[in-house]
Amino acid sequence: MEYKTHIRVDRLNVFFGPDQILKDINLVIPDKKITVIIGPSGCGKTTLLKSFNRLIDAVDGVRFSGSIFVDDEDILEPKSELTHIRKKMGLLMQKPYPLPMSIYANVAYGPRIHGTRDKRELDRIVETYLRKASLWDEVKDRLHAPATQLSLGQQQRLCLARGLAVEPEIILGDEPTSALDPRSSQRIEQTFLELKNDYTIVVVTHILRQARRLADYIVFLYLGELVEHGPAQKMFEHPEKEMTREYMQGLIS
Amino acid sequence: MKKRRWEERIALGFMLITAAIILVSLFWILGTILVRGVSALNWSMIFQTPKGGYYLGKEGGILNAILGSLFLAGGATLIALVVALPVAFYLNVFLRNGSRLAGFARFSLDVMSGIPSIVFGAVGFILMTLLGLRTSLLAGMLTVALLILPIMIRAMDEVFRLVPREILEASFALGANRYETSMRVMIRQCFPGIVTAVLLALGRGIGDAASVLFTAGFTDHLPDSLFRPAATLPLAILFQVESPLPQVQKRAYAAALILTLIILIISLVSRWISSRFSRHIIR
Amino acid sequence: MASRWMKGMTLAVSGLSLLMIAALLWRSLPILYDHSPLELLFTTAWKPSEGRFGFWSYIIGTGWVTGVAVLLSVPLCLLTSIYLSEYAHRRVRRLIAPLIDLLAGIPSVVYGLWGILVIVPMVEHRLAPLFGKTSSGYSVLAAGMVLAVMIVPLLIHISLEVFQTIPREMREASLALGATRWETVKFVVLKKSLPGLMAAVVLGISRAFGETMVVLMVAGNVAIRPGSVFDPAYPLPALIANNYGEMLSVPKYDAALMFASLALLLVIVLFNVVTRVVMMRVAARDAR
Repeated sequence: MEYKTHIRVDRLNVFFGPDQILKDINLVIPDKKITVIIGPSGCGKTTLLKSFNRLIDAVDGVRFSGSIFVDDEDILEPKSELTHIRKKMGLLMQKPYPLPMSIYANVAYGPRIHGTRDKRELDRIVETYLRKASLWDEVKDRLHAPATQLSLGQQQRLCLARGLAVEPEIILGDEPTSALDPRSSQRIEQTFLELKNDYTIVVVTHILRQARRLADYIVFLYLGELVEHGPAQKMFEHPEKEMTREYMQGLIS
Repeated sequence: MKKRRWEERIALGFMLITAAIILVSLFWILGTILVRGVSALNWSMIFQTPKGGYYLGKEGGILNAILGSLFLAGGATLIALVVALPVAFYLNVFLRNGSRLAGFARFSLDVMSGIPSIVFGAVGFILMTLLGLRTSLLAGMLTVALLILPIMIRAMDEVFRLVPREILEASFALGANRYETSMRVMIRQCFPGIVTAVLLALGRGIGDAASVLFTAGFTDHLPDSLFRPAATLPLAILFQVESPLPQVQKRAYAAALILTLIILIISLVSRWISSRFSRHIIR
Repeated sequence: MASRWMKGMTLAVSGLSLLMIAALLWRSLPILYDHSPLELLFTTAWKPSEGRFGFWSYIIGTGWVTGVAVLLSVPLCLLTSIYLSEYAHRRVRRLIAPLIDLLAGIPSVVYGLWGILVIVPMVEHRLAPLFGKTSSGYSVLAAGMVLAVMIVPLLIHISLEVFQTIPREMREASLALGATRWETVKFVVLKKSLPGLMAAVVLGISRAFGETMVVLMVAGNVAIRPGSVFDPAYPLPALIANNYGEMLSVPKYDAALMFASLALLLVIVLFNVVTRVVMMRVAARDAR
């Protein structure tokens, strides 16, 4: 099965001070599919994800080498425009972090920053993406209420709507359901499955069952090294590496 | 997009300017004191007391103020220590976390740290008259002790709070009562922090003028009795700078230099002790 | 038992502020029998030998000096705190932090001395002529400038603490949407910090209010209503400090000065209590 490549990682190494977090990573992320990055906690999955939108830059003492090509543009080039890169990516974090403003303002935040001022246009954007995140019906009557009024599950959907509103090409999810109750988790997963028709999705998780439910493509990281990557079915059923097989069977964690 | 970049650059520019203004002010103050003070400083200044006609420009020095300040602040710090240590222990070893008394105590101590020293001076004056004291070294000590008490308690409290609960519980489990735990475990664990708190309070107390204005008086003599007035460096600076004679004004600069140096030394010693004695600390 | 007297000490220490208020109130009574607090606070006639004690000019003086100090200090400290918190490298922060602590350790008489040697001549010879005014240099502006530097460590310390309480992830959420760091500061950090920053300003005001030595040495000690910042003023703490010597010669003079101290204490305690309560409420709401 041939996948079209959206992101290509070439010899990526990331250091936080003296510690090397990612060691010589080479992989491809397929276009408009859900790629799930799995591996035990603390092995660099989040760092890899945050390299895609250059959020690792915010850490004091970070160094990296190598390239990450998104649509043939190397985003690790020092000269690249960070805000431009980040606009292409939407990030959903482990715990929802609504911005200190109303529900409407949260979703409108990105578009406003990037220049959209027309009220009707903003109204349209807010409604469109709240619908896409399956939140519209629950909040349409209180758009100007503070976002903190929402439940945790609703907040995470709000964060999703907010991320979609800047019209990214790629959605990044860092264990996006780990703080949510099962029902809300289900809704988020459901939404991801609907969204993959239009967006490339990369999700980090340490729950194998979630990977099974969502993944078209799997990347297995262990202690900062890429062990194996490939189509989901292959990775689950006949992986090439011994370590992968052991992890899938729950023997290592 | 360009507009956004420019806005950020301009903002950053202003930020750097303000940071620079603050640092420049710091160095300007220290520099001024250093330059003016050094030119007025000589050995007789440090080691003599004012002779007759000192304030009219004749000989003498400020030894009275130097020793007076050291004794007064030292005494005040000791008095405050006697109260601060037990209270800090009580807040952390005897009371449980989240106790209302602890919360109220910490709150009122914080409020007290904001009270200006002139109010302490006025209250000290009242205390002085109630105790039947005249302006004296002792009255000054009591007033400054009041002033620095909240600072000392809070500084110790901050250090004590860092001690993990488990260490205290280990001590209790071995059969020690709360008093023994305080003395044996807490003190050892927090010793550098206690010293830092004490020196912090000392530094604050020695530099304060408004609290001793009403209570310690001033004198040309060396401090020889708790019940007689004592000279202090801050007041020496104040009185001398008001003089119309340039020779006397210059002595104010020398006094300011000496005071600042003393405070600087206290601060450096505090840091040195803090790092040297960290051996016994469990992290 | 040891713990009983320790408890007593703790209670006593907690109650000290109230004790101080009580003591000052007690000593102010002689003057309060004859004059109402409103009369004392809001009239301007100050002739102790005639039994007239009006503090209003001195209160105005305090207001002017504090106002200038805060107006100068707040923008300085806000921008510097934002820089230290959001932009500066760890190394720069570690370098600058002890320097700001150094500023905090300098005694007020030394600040006053610097004021006399540097700021007063600057106001007299450079700043006043710039605005077409003449000034002896001993002025509201001079005192305000020195006080502004004095309250810098306090304002920066509290602002940095407030910025630290904002979770890193919230900033990341903004950055991830393509906002610049400055936009993140404007729309996320400052918005969330507003209550804490206002508390810092109020604490700064209360600190400037009570400062005695600097205003004594630099503000001019002339009890008029200042027409501009280049005019001298006579803040309340300076009045108390200057006249302590006269206290016992004129009847009720000492009670008047005790009353002035009481007024100062009450205002400052009020500001402190209200600010801290507000800050605690905000912290509790965020902990949600």
